[in-house]
Amino acid sequence: MQNSIKKTNTIKILCLVALAILSIAGFLFYNIQGNFSYAFPKRVYRVAAMIITAIAIAYATVMFQTVTRNRILTPSMIGVDSMYEVVQTVIYFFLGSASVFVVDRYLNFGTSIVAMVLFALLLYRFLFRADKYPIFLLLLAGMIIGTLLGSLVSFLQVMIDPVEYLSLQNKLFASFTNVKSELVGISAVILIACFIYGAFLMRDLDVMNLGRDNAINLGVNYDKLVLRVLILASILIATSTALVGPITFLGLIVSNLAYQFLVTYRHSILILGASLISIIALVGGQFLVLHVFNLNTTISVIINFVGGIYFIYLLLKQSKGVAG
Amino acid sequence: MIEIKGITKFFGKKPVVEDVSVTIETGKITSFIGPNGAGKSTLLSMVSRLLDSDTGEVLLDKTDVKKLKSKDFAKRVAILRQSNFINVRLTIRELVSFGRYPYSHGRLTPEDNEKIDEALEYMNLVDIQHKFLDELSGGQKQRAFISMVIAQDTEYILLDEPLNNLDMKHSVQIMKILRKLVDDLGKTVVIVLHDINFASVYSDRIVALKNGRLVKDGPTSEIINTESLREVYDMNIPVQEQDGCKICVYFQSQ
Ligand SMILES: Nc1ncnc2c1ncn2[C@@H]1O[C@H](COP(=O)(O)OP(=O)(O)OP(=O)(O)O)[C@@H](O)[C@H]1O
Ligand SMILES: [Mg+2]
Repeated sequence: MQNSIKKTNTIKILCLVALAILSIAGFLFYNIQGNFSYAFPKRVYRVAAMIITAIAIAYATVMFQTVTRNRILTPSMIGVDSMYEVVQTVIYFFLGSASVFVVDRYLNFGTSIVAMVLFALLLYRFLFRADKYPIFLLLLAGMIIGTLLGSLVSFLQVMIDPVEYLSLQNKLFASFTNVKSELVGISAVILIACFIYGAFLMRDLDVMNLGRDNAINLGVNYDKLVLRVLILASILIATSTALVGPITFLGLIVSNLAYQFLVTYRHSILILGASLISIIALVGGQFLVLHVFNLNTTISVIINFVGGIYFIYLLLKQSKGVAG
Repeated sequence: MIEIKGITKFFGKKPVVEDVSVTIETGKITSFIGPNGAGKSTLLSMVSRLLDSDTGEVLLDKTDVKKLKSKDFAKRVAILRQSNFINVRLTIRELVSFGRYPYSHGRLTPEDNEKIDEALEYMNLVDIQHKFLDELSGGQKQRAFISMVIAQDTEYILLDEPLNNLDMKHSVQIMKILRKLVDDLGKTVVIVLHDINFASVYSDRIVALKNGRLVKDGPTSEIINTESLREVYDMNIPVQEQDGCKICVYFQSQ
């Protein structure tokens, strides 16, 4: 019985791989016009950015949901990625665009990540530690904090020098049509580093499925693991936000689809599956939007729309006590 | 030997465990008894490092448990909490396999599989080992968790109300298995029990708590009598001898 589940999981993963490759190939080669040596590298950069984003969000969300023991909240939904905007705005507001924190790309990125990690830790201490708050309360708190951060950002932006503001806006308005290609290289490096580091945490995460007490009983250093996962998830979310801007609901969709699609507690498989689904959703979705439906919109809009509905569905399911 | 020394825990301003000192002797079954809310689970959580104490310390063979590495501690002391909630689908065998995690970190060796088979056999779960936990009755689930702790193969086994949800037959079976683990394999068992007759018949020592304080600590024969039990439960409980066992007849006590 276990073997047959393992076998079907392998088949499912292979199907996902095939679909992902198909999406990527379609996106790269479909209807490529004009100067190939000009158009093709541009597409490669875009698709690379999408793949990095897709994997980063899937990876961060699955890990985050395991340590917080919930399947509805994601780092994006509690405002970890709004923290990126806050940091950038605060830097521009107080230090200006000529400051070393802006000019030095790595310092800028590093500062954002540190702030996001601290923010995630703070939220974790207050929201998740108590373990008893119902999910609705967490959501409400997350929304309020998100709104608060948003207001703070707009407040500071109104007071910023208009020239500085333009430069800030350019930095913040990353999207799929305006990918920060100069960040693709470093993002790929960060993602790979996270993967290597995260590989050591996979088994401990599997044990976390048994709950905090059983995990500690089995020798998992619980507090350390939570800290590591929160840091890792923050770095991943920061990377994807810097690259293509926030996509609030992608993580929620792909993690939950992976939980439903793959019957397993193993994080190596869940994260692989969620990452593939994520790539299919982003790259394949963008391909469909552009070439099949001929819509002049980006996939993130559609994902947030579909994700919002899916989110409500999950909430209703949970409130009926059927949630798995 | 586990030495609990002057341990105190506050939840808010209320002390739920207050200055408790107890020594758990090796090679024995020690039962923790006491009314609901006496602090038994809290005490057990502090011994097993699930909860930090506010004052006092717990020594495992003379070493402060806070100084031990998580992985090493997990090979020596196992704890099963009163209630367990899992939000993924696992089969019994998968759950029991987790008991080997301190040794093999998820990569099971042939020796691990042997221990898992053994633990499943102990708990009578071999036939249903590939069933998912959410397909089990409360008692079967409870046995699966106990089986995981047995597979962990530690010197010390701490169990918080393991007889929860179990019928008489399985309760007796589990107490006998614990007795066997102690007598044959030299393990040390600490168990929280509400049915004082199981404590009376199967344990070597009894520790009684009430309102967070230690009220009794001694060999079973010294605790199972009407006077001592009155101190613990505020009930008049007649004690009768039956086949060499002391049985408390508490059903109609005031
Ligand atoms: N996390 C907590 N926060 C606040 N109070 C708590 C917490 N855990 C336990 N308590 C309180 O501490 C006291 C002791 O609880 P504990 O669970 O240790 O009792 P117990 O002896 O195991 O009871 P039972 O026989 O019902 O399991 C209770 O009054 C309980 O309300
Ligand atoms: Mg209890």
